[in-house]
Amino acid sequence: MRQYILRRVGYSLVSLFLLSLVIFLFVRVTGDPVSLLVEPGASPEDIENMRRQFGLDRPLWVQYWHFMASLATGDLGLSFYYRTPVLELYFQRLPNSLLLAAVAMGLSLLIGIPSGILAAVRVGGFWDSAGKIFALLGLSLPSFWVGLVLILFFSVYLGWLPSSGSGTTLHLLMPAFTLGWYFAAAHMRLTRSSMLEVLGSEYIKLARLKGLPEALVIGKHAFKNALIPVITLAGINLVVMINVAVVVETVFAWPGIGRLLYEGITFRDFPIVQGVVIIGGGMIVLVNLLVDIFYALIDPRIRLES
Amino acid sequence: MTVTTHPVVATAPTPPTAFWRLQGFPLIPALILLFIAFVAVFADVLAPYDPQIGSLARRFRPPAWQEGGSLAHLLGTDHVGRDVLSRLIFGARVSMIVGITAVLVAGGIGTLLGIVSGYLGGWADQVIMRLTDTWLALPALTFAIFLAAIVGPSELNIILILGLVYWTRYARVIRGEVLSLKQREFVRLAIVAGCSKRVIMWRHILPNVINSAVVLATLMLGVVIVTEASLSFLGVGVPPPKPAWGLMMADGKKGLMVGYWWLTVLPGICIMLMVLSANLLGDWLRVKLDPQLRQL
Repeated sequence: MRQYILRRVGYSLVSLFLLSLVIFLFVRVTGDPVSLLVEPGASPEDIENMRRQFGLDRPLWVQYWHFMASLATGDLGLSFYYRTPVLELYFQRLPNSLLLAAVAMGLSLLIGIPSGILAAVRVGGFWDSAGKIFALLGLSLPSFWVGLVLILFFSVYLGWLPSSGSGTTLHLLMPAFTLGWYFAAAHMRLTRSSMLEVLGSEYIKLARLKGLPEALVIGKHAFKNALIPVITLAGINLVVMINVAVVVETVFAWPGIGRLLYEGITFRDFPIVQGVVIIGGGMIVLVNLLVDIFYALIDPRIRLES
Repeated sequence: MTVTTHPVVATAPTPPTAFWRLQGFPLIPALILLFIAFVAVFADVLAPYDPQIGSLARRFRPPAWQEGGSLAHLLGTDHVGRDVLSRLIFGARVSMIVGITAVLVAGGIGTLLGIVSGYLGGWADQVIMRLTDTWLALPALTFAIFLAAIVGPSELNIILILGLVYWTRYARVIRGEVLSLKQREFVRLAIVAGCSKRVIMWRHILPNVINSAVVLATLMLGVVIVTEASLSFLGVGVPPPKPAWGLMMADGKKGLMVGYWWLTVLPGICIMLMVLSANLLGDWLRVKLDPQLRQL
């Protein structure tokens, strides 16, 4: 067990190392990093000073060492626009992103799990097809378009919901649904296949042979076990949601991480863009590690396998 | 075991092969894709106006069937008076070119790395798979934005960025296939016959994984097009005044609150039709061409 965890942690560290290397190299190989790190319109002397200050005149491996050293202390640089550390800005916005992601996740599970179960119980039936279409639509529609159409209906035509901003529960509904729909499709598919697998197992056959009512077999015996992979995916997706909400947050002017990223793009505030990408990648590596360890804890087969 | 030359019970007549292969063929999605491709190729002939030049005197005209609309601009005009229909038609070209080439770039990188990783094994496999894991940790859209922020927006850059972001899925699937192909007789015989590793990978492995690569490409087309539209929408994709569907929606957002619905709804419908069709076609191909991929 300890060996398994140690190896997983090792893999994650390798991933984090590669992640930093990829980001570091892309910034330096694809162009002059000074032009990204210095505000647009800076004078040539300032640029030269900056080059020296950032150590960009030194060999690449020295630069990488410094890049890593500042990363290790949580220093992601200063935002040009706000003149505050990127990390500070990030933590200011994080609660908003978490709130949006949590509500969106709640909605997506509320839609995804029941429709997935219905589809599995009636394979090939009406609900199965309806669920498939719903899932396919969720995956095919660009989320910003869904957002804009929702605004058009509920804000412009009906005037029921505020089109942008934050503060009240009403502000949350449209962005959360837009974000949640995309993920509902994934949750529905997984619930369906996981449910089908469980329904085919021996203990479900036994429960049926015992003469238990079908509702009890599905609702109690099958559902509980089928839920484990779905909850795991939901955990991972919660972190993914925080990091992919940029489009939704832009459409609804929701003040989260995604909006921060968008501001970083429009104000050409590169430290913000870089910071958001690094933290996002790190978060996902971490959550994958936690899921692996959690699975090893609950399922001995996994830790004995490798 | 008895061998009978004359079966007593006639089995159900098997349908002709050609028909079987087309069973469940998503005809409508295929036609939609063909239509979009046709429009993209003949955009110059089909579009009634120049997609990039408008006239402010004719801005925000609604579609022809609405009050105030005219047959001169069937689908209305945008905030600088450009004809929406013409922009949609040329937008099909942008989406097709970016979508298909980006999928090819991603497929090229992913298939190559997948074959090398699966066939060579050992440290090459380790390095490539760790790299794939790392890549998967980066949220695709955020990573694409990051790259676009570095290199600046242009059509070519978008294609390269999308290719660089989406190769991982190919690498994973192709590697899995190569691992099983490696054990097959024809590969072992090729080794015995003295073929070099490069020849085996190129001549014996590659043709056998092309099927999967094609299926994946169809499925990826939708993802790539949505991402391109999202990038354009955020202002780091296809640069204005080029007529890209995502860009049109970003522009259309300005008129949304006063009810100029056609500027956002119409390009969105185009994207939806294209992506949905690609996904349906890809799903069908997956089941028909490659049983191994059904679990995807």
